[in-house]
Amino acid sequence: MAIPICTMTPERKRMITPEEVEHIGWLARIKLTGEEKEQYAEQMNDILDYFGKVDEITTDVEPTYHVLELHNVFRDDIASGSLEQDAALANAPNKKEGFFKAPRIM
Amino acid sequence: MSARTEDGVIIGLEIHVQLNKLHSKLFCSCGLDYHNAPPNTHTCPVCLGLPGSLPVLNRSAVKSAIKVALAMNCEILPQTQFYRKNYYYPDLPKGFQVTQYDYPISVNGYLAIERGDGQGIRRIRINRVHMEEDPGRLVHEGTIDRSKFTLVDYNRAGVPLLEIVTEPDLRSPKEARKFLNKLRNILEYLDVFDGDLDGAIRVDANISLAGGERAEVKNISSYKGAERALSFEIVRQRNVLRRGEVVVQETRHFDELRGVTVSMRTKETEHDYRYFPEPDLVPMRVMDWVPTIRETLPELPEAQRTRFLKDYGITGNHAASLTLDPKLAQFFEDVSAAIDPKLSASWIVDVLKGELNYRDLEIDSFKTADMIEILKLFSDDVVTEKGAITIIRTILDEGGTPDRIVSEKELAKVKEDVVTSAVDEVLSECTDAIADYRCGEAKALNYLVGQVMKKTRGRADPQDARTGLLEKLDSNET
Ligand SMILES: [Zn+2]
Repeated sequence: MAIPICTMTPERKRMITPEEVEHIGWLARIKLTGEEKEQYAEQMNDILDYFGKVDEITTDVEPTYHVLELHNVFRDDIASGSLEQDAALANAPNKKEGFFKAPRIM
Repeated sequence: MSARTEDGVIIGLEIHVQLNKLHSKLFCSCGLDYHNAPPNTHTCPVCLGLPGSLPVLNRSAVKSAIKVALAMNCEILPQTQFYRKNYYYPDLPKGFQVTQYDYPISVNGYLAIERGDGQGIRRIRINRVHMEEDPGRLVHEGTIDRSKFTLVDYNRAGVPLLEIVTEPDLRSPKEARKFLNKLRNILEYLDVFDGDLDGAIRVDANISLAGGERAEVKNISSYKGAERALSFEIVRQRNVLRRGEVVVQETRHFDELRGVTVSMRTKETEHDYRYFPEPDLVPMRVMDWVPTIRETLPELPEAQRTRFLKDYGITGNHAASLTLDPKLAQFFEDVSAAIDPKLSASWIVDVLKGELNYRDLEIDSFKTADMIEILKLFSDDVVTEKGAITIIRTILDEGGTPDRIVSEKELAKVKEDVVTSAVDEVLSECTDAIADYRCGEAKALNYLVGQVMKKTRGRADPQDARTGLLEKLDSNET
């Protein structure tokens, strides 16, 4: 992954700690080594700093919630065919009796 | 005034209801008739979250949401949109749930319920009603904390849901149940919801005792469960306080089988969901739909109850029972067009409904015309009360029409002279009983009435038999 180049002032705040990286890893169900946590914390801080540039601009513009000028795209409430069970499960690495089989949670 | 009274209970509810009267899912055309289907037979690339698929919003789901919001006295917002709520859990095929966050479809409503203590009405504020997609269904092998695997069925993934969030205005588990019952009643009148279907409603409850932290109880999946989970949680929190400890803010899971709540130790907090606007769905502006939808809203149960009291003069209890179910209310109005409303209400609520409940049947299993005919036979004195009940039971168990049942089961009330001759026969045969009666043995009269009924094979009106017997006994004709 290319690391964005930081163009911020040298006294910038380092915001993300390795502990926070660990939590973010947990949210994504990814286990990280100590070295990776340090490395990703560094990279995330660079990214945040980079975005910090945007904060320097003062605006009174309404937030953009969608890039398209469209609104109200609907479909009618009509049921049409679904996938066969075999097709639905075709990409699943683990299945059982028509169910997807996932690791135990919690 | 002390806050440390026994009444310091504060409850807020987040209720998820499926818009299960619709035909298709929220963002794809998969059908909603999955309840008895094998797993993963109602899915498609959209609701499985396969790459390259695009969701398109179901217009009728938006209309249903507006209906519900209006019935709950909410404001509809001019611009509304969907967000992605990100978390990894096997019930979400995409790794996020499409829901509303800022800019929900409606906010700021209320619903009035009877207070739990019976002391008047309490207005429960509704914070918001918003739309979202249902996650899939998880099946655990064994118990949730023991199983090695989770089996996942995505038939339910993408079913249109409404989340209804109340302010913490409820003061007891009983009020929570009243609120849920009232909500269900309204949703069924709006014809957007069938509360009998499995998984139709799920409730999360926030509960605290005055001054304490609140616990969030998740996984309540029935009306009864809500009251039980909340009652358990109140006792648990009171016990924590009694031991001199403090209640911690946490999420707890309701174990319906054991009737207890268990700490879930979640590590996710609100900002961990990293909500952001769903780029695959464009915003909605639906304010101009509102006037038409408002005009076509059906009469809601409360208004109907008031009208029944005023127009038909039936009792409050009958009106309340009839307006629990829109189909029952309609049945009553149809019968009342031909029969005295008070008599109709009494027979429908006190007799027919009980017979239906006993057989686990709905009101659509009984014809309006049959009810009218039965009540005519009864009011015209053709059959006794017992005979009318027999006709109802026979129709439900064996089918048939009232007039045929009357003749086949010989239910027509016997004529007066038949009763008179049966009375004469009984009086000439049962001399012992007569002697007992004359000695002040009141039970003897019941025995004699029974004998008359036996001779007429139950078709005499017991009251007529009694009167006939008394007339003869008192005039000393025997
Ligand atoms: Zn689908």
